Amino acid sequence: MIRKSFWGLVGLVMASTASAEWALNMPKGVTDLSAETYDLHMMVFWWCVAIGVVVFGVMIISLFKHRKSQGAEPATFSHSTTAEVIWTAIPVVILLLMSVPAAETMIKLEDTRDPDLSIVITAYQWKWHYKYQDEGVEFYSSLARQSVDARRRQSGVDVNGVENYLLDVDNALVVPKGAKVRLLMTSNDVIHSWWVPELAIKKDAIPGIVNETWFKANEVGTYRGQCAELCGKDHGYMPIVVEVVEPEAFKAWVNTRKDGGANLASAQ
Amino acid sequence: MTATTVDTNAADHDDHDHGPTKGIGRWLFSTNHKDIGTMYLIFSLLMFFIGGSMAMVIRSELAVPGLQFVHPEFFNSMTTMHALIMVFGAVMPAFVGLANWMIPLMIGAPDMALPRMNNWSFWILPIAFGILLSTLLMPGGAPAGGWTMYPPLVLQTGDAFPFLIFSVHLMGLSSIMGAINVIVTIINMRAPDMTLLKMPMFVWTWLITAYLLIAVMPVLAGAVTMLLTDQFFGTSFFLAAGGGDPVMFQHIFWFFGHPEVYIMILPAFGVVSEIIPTFARKKLFGHDSMVYAASCIAFLSFIVWAHHMFTVGMPLTGQLFFMFATMLIAVPTGVKIFNWIATMWRGSMTFETPMLFSLAFVFLFTIGGFSGLMLAIQPADVQYHDTYFVVAHFHYVLVPGSVFAIMAGAYYWLPKWTGHMYNEKIGKLHFWTSTIFVNLTFFPMHFLGLAGMPRRIPDYSTQFTDFNTIASVGAIGFGLSQLIFVWVLLTAKKGETATDRVWEGSHGLEWTVPSPAPWHTFTTPPKARIANESFE
Amino acid sequence: MTTHSDEHYYVPHGSHWPAVGSLGLLFLMVGVSSWLNGAGAGFYIMLTGVAIIIFMITGWFAAVIGESESGLYNTQVDASFRQGMFWFIFSEVMFFAAFFGALFYARNMSIPWLGGESNNFFTNLLLWEGYESTWPTNGPGNIGGEYETMPPFGLPLINTALLLTSSITVTIAHHALIAGKRTQLSIFLAATFLLGFVFVYLQGVEYIHAYQDLNLTLSTGIYGSTFYMLTGFHGMHVTIGAIMLTIIFFRVLKGHFTTDKHFAFEAVAWYWHFVDVVWIGLYVFVYWM
Ligand code: HEA
Ligand code: HEA
Ligand code: CUA
Ligand SMILES: [Cu+2]
Repeated sequence: MIRKSFWGLVGLVMASTASAEWALNMPKGVTDLSAETYDLHMMVFWWCVAIGVVVFGVMIISLFKHRKSQGAEPATFSHSTTAEVIWTAIPVVILLLMSVPAAETMIKLEDTRDPDLSIVITAYQWKWHYKYQDEGVEFYSSLARQSVDARRRQSGVDVNGVENYLLDVDNALVVPKGAKVRLLMTSNDVIHSWWVPELAIKKDAIPGIVNETWFKANEVGTYRGQCAELCGKDHGYMPIVVEVVEPEAFKAWVNTRKDGGANLASAQ
Repeated sequence: MTATTVDTNAADHDDHDHGPTKGIGRWLFSTNHKDIGTMYLIFSLLMFFIGGSMAMVIRSELAVPGLQFVHPEFFNSMTTMHALIMVFGAVMPAFVGLANWMIPLMIGAPDMALPRMNNWSFWILPIAFGILLSTLLMPGGAPAGGWTMYPPLVLQTGDAFPFLIFSVHLMGLSSIMGAINVIVTIINMRAPDMTLLKMPMFVWTWLITAYLLIAVMPVLAGAVTMLLTDQFFGTSFFLAAGGGDPVMFQHIFWFFGHPEVYIMILPAFGVVSEIIPTFARKKLFGHDSMVYAASCIAFLSFIVWAHHMFTVGMPLTGQLFFMFATMLIAVPTGVKIFNWIATMWRGSMTFETPMLFSLAFVFLFTIGGFSGLMLAIQPADVQYHDTYFVVAHFHYVLVPGSVFAIMAGAYYWLPKWTGHMYNEKIGKLHFWTSTIFVNLTFFPMHFLGLAGMPRRIPDYSTQFTDFNTIASVGAIGFGLSQLIFVWVLLTAKKGETATDRVWEGSHGLEWTVPSPAPWHTFTTPPKARIANESFE
Repeated sequence: MTTHSDEHYYVPHGSHWPAVGSLGLLFLMVGVSSWLNGAGAGFYIMLTGVAIIIFMITGWFAAVIGESESGLYNTQVDASFRQGMFWFIFSEVMFFAAFFGALFYARNMSIPWLGGESNNFFTNLLLWEGYESTWPTNGPGNIGGEYETMPPFGLPLINTALLLTSSITVTIAHHALIAGKRTQLSIFLAATFLLGFVFVYLQGVEYIHAYQDLNLTLSTGIYGSTFYMLTGFHGMHVTIGAIMLTIIFFRVLKGHFTTDKHFAFEAVAWYWHFVDVVWIGLYVFVYWM
C-alpha cells in the first residue's frame, strides 16, 4: 500500500518532466545556473530513488518472505561487521559523488564579480523597491490591482478568474537578456526574501545588511516569484515579476523611465 | 512538607505497601513515575489535538485559493501556534511520558532518580501552554512570526510577545529538568547486571536525547531572552545599527533548533528498535553500532545548524562546511535503517498494530530523510527553501516519523499499562487510515514546493489549487483517523486480560513484571541477565 | 559506577512543593509579562509569584534537609543528587554559552561585516558608509550615544581577585569539613560568602559608575548589550550562590554535614566554582581583550 502510493507518486514526478504545464517539478529556468541547479536536484533525486529501490526492495522481500504465517523460523544472527562496514562505506561514496558538483555550482552562485548591471532591491512590508544603480531609474513594485481587489475575504471576486492571481505586480523589474545582473538586497523593516524560481535566485533581504546575488537570463520572457520569508500579515501578497527583454528594448525602457514615463514597463 | 516527613516515617520499613492516594492529590502531588508518565502522555495527546485543530484551520483555509475563513494575521498565528504546540507540547512530552513509564521498568529501577523534580517537570507544562494558549485572546493576537521567532518580525508581536518568551522559557525549564532526571536515572539507577551496552535501545536513545536537551534548551532560553531585552530594554543584539545582526538570532536559534529535531526523532528510533525485534522474533541487529550511530547523529547535529540559513548570505566557506556536514548525517541514519531491515531479515514476522506503525515509520521516515538530503544540497536548497517542499520534508519526518513512533509505542506498551489487550481490529483500522491519509496530506506538498508555492502563506495562486485540495482532504482524513485512537484508548480496559509477556517475541525487563505494572515495580534489584538472555 | 545496597532507594510519597512551584511560576511569568506590557498590576502579580517561589524553595529544601538529616538517603540517593547538580550546572554553562556566542559572533562576524569585510562590501558602502569595524563599538548607528568603556584594571580586577580568593576559601572550607575542623570550616565559609557579597556590591558600584559617568548603558549598542547581559546574569548567579553559601553556613552552625556526607555543601561549592570560571571568561573577553 505504502509502496504503491510512493511509486505511483514517483511516477507522477517522472511524467512531469515531460509535460511542463502541470508543474510538479522544479522549473529548469532560464539561466545557466538554474539549469545546473535543476540538474543537481534531479541527480540527488535519482540517487534517492535508486537507494530507495534497493532499501525498500530488500525490506519488502523480507516482509513477504520472512513472515510467521509463511512458516519462517527466526534466524539467530544479530551482528555482522562486514555488512556494517559496507553499508557505511557505500553511502559515504555516494555522498562524495553528490557533493562535488554541488560545491561547484555553489561557488558559481556566489561569484558576483563584474556585473553588467546592478540593481539595489529594498524590501518593505509589503512591497519591493528597485533602484538601477547606474541608470538612474527607481520605482516601487507591489501587488497588482486586480489581485488586490480579489484577495480580500468575501471580495465577491472569483479568484480563478483573475489572471496570474497573486503573481502580478504594478511595475515589473525589467532587465536585458544576456546581461549579468547583480542584485544588492536589503530591507527597510523585517527580513524578506527575493525569489524567482525561473532564475534560481532566492536571497534574504535583511535590514542593516546588503546581500549580493546575480543572474544572467538567456531567454526573453516574464518570470514570476514571491517573497519567501515570513514578513508579517501580507507576506503572501508581495510578488515579484521580472521581465527579461532584448538589450535594445531595455535601453528604450530605461529612457522612457528617465523621461518620467510612469507605467510603460507594464505596457511592454 | 510535614506530610512528606510523616509519610517517610511510616514508610520506613517498606515503601511499597502504599498504593496511590485518592483524589486529585494523587496526580497533582505525584512522585510516581508511572502516574507522571500517564499525565505526560495524556497531556501530549491533548496538545496533539489542539495543535492538530490549528492545522485543520490552516488546511481549511488552503483547501482552495482565495481567503475563505480567516484573516492573514490569524493564519500566521495558527501556523506559529500549531508548530510550537506540536513540537513542545505534543511530541516532546509524549516521549518524556514514554521515558517516565518505561525507562525505570527497562533498567530495573524503583522509580525515576529525582521523583519530586519529575513532578515539577510535568506540572510546569500546563502552565507554559496555558500561558501560550491564552495569547490567542490578547490584543494584537497570538504570536504570528513563525515558530522560529525570527527578529525583527517577532518584535512586531502585540501584547502576546512577553508571554510567548516566558512560555518558551518554561518549556525549556521543564525539558531541562526532565532531561536531568533521565540521565541520572539511567546512569545511577540501573539494575546490577544492566551494563551500559546491555541497555535497551530505547534507553540508549533517550540517554543521548537527554544530553542533547541539556545542551540546547538553555541556548534557546538565551536566544529568546535576547529577544526580550531587545524589545524592552534597548539592547541591540539583533539590530545592525547597534553592531548586532538579525541573522545572529537565526544562528543561535538553529544551534538549538537542529539538535531539537533529533530530540524529536532519536527516542522514536528507540521505540522502533524495541518493537521490530519483538515482532520479527529476532534480536536487534547490531545493537552496539546502533548506539554509535545514534551518538554520531547527536554529535553531528551540533555542527549543521546553518543548513536552515542557506539563503541568508553566509560566506562561501560557511555554506560549504554546513552543506558537507549536513550530508554526513545520512550515513549514521542509514546505519539505523539498514540495521532495522537486517533485524527483519530472516525473522519470523507478524504484523500487530505496533509493528505496522513501526514499519510505516521505517518507510516514511526514510522518504523524509531523502528529502532532507536534497535540502542539504545548498544550490538546490536555494530553490526549496521556505517552500512547501520543506513543509513536506519535515512533516514526513515528524508525523509518520515521530508521531507514528509514539503511536507504535503506545500500542506496544498499552497492555503493560492497562493490563488489557487493546482492540486489534480497531488498532489496524487506525493504522491504515492514518497511513493512507498521512501520505495524501503530505506527499503532494513536495510537488507544491517544487512548483513554487512558498510556505506560510494564507492564499495562493490558482495553479496550486489541485494539490492543495488533495492535501486538505488528506489532512481532514488524518485528523479524523486520530479519533479512532481515542476510541482505542477509551476501550483499552475492555479487552481480554494481558499476560505479563504480552507479545510472543517480547524481550526485556518490562515484560517480566505483571500487567498492569504494579504501582511500585522493583523492590529488589532484578537480574538484567534474565531479560537479556531471552533470545538466546 | 552504580552504587547498590539492599536498603531501598528513597522515593517520597507525594509532595506538594512542585505544584506550589508551578503556581509561583504562573504568577511570576504572567506578572512580569503584563508588567512589561505596561499593566501596573503586573508588578504585584510578579511579586506574589516571587513570594510563592521563595516559599516553595524554603519548604522544599527544608523537606529535603529534614529527610537527609533523618538518614533516609543512602549513597545511591546521594549520587543522584550529585549527578543532578552536575548536569544542572552544565545547563547553566550552556545558557552562558548563548551569550558568549553572541559576543563572539558580534566581534568576529557582524561587526567586521558591517565594516565591509567578507562578502559585505556593499553592506558598508550602501548602508553604513564610513563605519570602521572596531571593538568595542556601539555600532554604525552609534546607538546609545557617546560612551566610555569599562577599563579592565580598576574595579573589575579587584572583583577578579575577590572571586578567585573566594574559590580558594571555599576549597579550604571543604577540606576543613572533611578533616572535621568545624571552626575553620565556618570561618572560611563565612569568608567565602562575604567575598561574594562584596563582589556583588562592587559590581553595583561599577554599574552606577558606568551609567552615570561613562554613559555606558544597556542600550549602548552591542557593546553595552553584551557587557550588561553577561555581567548581569553572572552577577545574578553570584548573588544566588552567595545566598546559598550563607544558608550552608547556618546549617554548619546548626551542626549539619558530616565528614563523609555533605552533598549540599559540595553542590554549592561546585556552583561557586562554576560562577568563578564564568567570571574568568568574562574578565578576559568582556573587559580585557
Ligand atoms: C524529526 C525531525 C527531523 C529530522 C529527523 C530531520 C532530518 C534531516 N533534515 Fe530536516 N528539518 C526538520 C526536521 C527534521 N529533519 C524541520 C522541522 C525542518 C524545518 C524547520 C523550519 O524551517 O520550520 C527541517 C528543515 C531542514 C532543512 C532546511 C530546509 C530549508 O529551510 O531550506 C534541511 C537542509 O539541509 C534539512 C536537512 C535534513 C537532513 C539532511 C536530515 C537527515 O537527518 C536525514 C537522514 C536520513 C536519510 C538520508 C534517510 C535514510 C538513509 C539511508 C537509507 C542511507 C543512504 C542514504 C543516502 C546516502 C542518501 N532539514
Ligand atoms: C511534531 C510536529 C508537527 C506535527 C505532528 C504536525 C502535524 C500536522 N501539520 Fe504541521 N507544522 C509543524 C510541525 C508539526 N505539524 C511545524 C514545525 C511547522 C512550521 C511552522 C512555521 O512555519 O512556523 C508546521 C507547519 C504546517 C503547515 C504549513 C503552514 C504554513 O506554512 O503556513 C501545514 C499546512 O498544511 C501543516 C499541516 C499539518 C497537519 C495537517 C498535521 C496533522 O498531522 C495533524 C493531525 C492532527 C489532528 C487533526 C488532531 C487530532 C484530531 C482531532 C482534533 C479531531 C478533529 C479533526 C477534524 C475536525 C478533522 N503544518
Ligand atoms: Cu516579504 Cu515575505
Ligand atoms: Cu536542521
